[in-house]
Amino acid sequence: MTEPIGTPGSVAAPESEAGGWTGAVRRRAVAALPPDKLLPDTQPAYMASWIYVFGVLTLAAFVVVLATGTALAIEGPAWWHTSGFGHYVNSLHLWSVELFMGFMVIHLWGKFFMAAWRGRRALTWITGAVAFLGSVGTAFTGYLVQQNFDSQWIATQAKDGLNSVGIGAYFNVLNFGQMLMWHIVLLPALVGVLVVLHLLMVRHRGIVPPLARPGVAAESAVAEPIETSEPVAGS
Amino acid sequence: MTIGSASSLDAAPVDLNGPGHYLHWGVIQISVANLVVIAVMLLIFVLAIVLPFPKGRGRK
Repeated sequence: MTEPIGTPGSVAAPESEAGGWTGAVRRRAVAALPPDKLLPDTQPAYMASWIYVFGVLTLAAFVVVLATGTALAIEGPAWWHTSGFGHYVNSLHLWSVELFMGFMVIHLWGKFFMAAWRGRRALTWITGAVAFLGSVGTAFTGYLVQQNFDSQWIATQAKDGLNSVGIGAYFNVLNFGQMLMWHIVLLPALVGVLVVLHLLMVRHRGIVPPLARPGVAAESAVAEPIETSEPVAGS
Repeated sequence: MTIGSASSLDAAPVDLNGPGHYLHWGVIQISVANLVVIAVMLLIFVLAIVLPFPKGRGRK
């Protein structure tokens, strides 16, 4: 079919209005994140520092957390507490979380001390900070659903603190089913969505340049065309 | 509660089968394990700033 869809005699809408709401969303998405900005093959020269590596290290650890958590959810506690491979995947889940939190905190320190909210990056900073808080909650509920004496101890200690601030009725750490749902559904969904938004905003605004040294002209904090760029390492 | 077999604990470089060690400083109380983790993170942070980043292939 080659005939354009429309009533006979209708005039084609201009490109800026074509396609209804889906066309409008597409144009806006492509304008905000054109493919070369979404998946760049070069990075600014100032990124040649180890401190810029910790964001992607956090992301890599997060992928392992999600993969091992999925395996644990499929097989269940009778597997991760008793079988050798279950112990191994359980340990991978723990240690990938340890690395995830460690990398994320070093990433946070680095971004804090370079004032990474400069250049209209406030929302990037905020989504990262909230993702960090969400990750703390996810790790906490993870300790509560280990199904061992450790989780019982943590739950009975935590309940007094949470009751004292008045949220014990809604967030009951002694309710295993509720904590399991927070750990494997609600909080991972929250953290996952925030991580995706965070990454899209990083790509949209670009990586924040370092603060200027005294007496040295600063790089513009507002990202737009990358003038001094180098190939991504390994590319 | 025992975790793992005795042989695996014997082989571990650090025997973790016991109560943790805690440091007290006024109202501040922290386990040695947590303090070590924080110290290592600070060390990595400083090294990440100080150590030179290798130049990749094709870099100018």
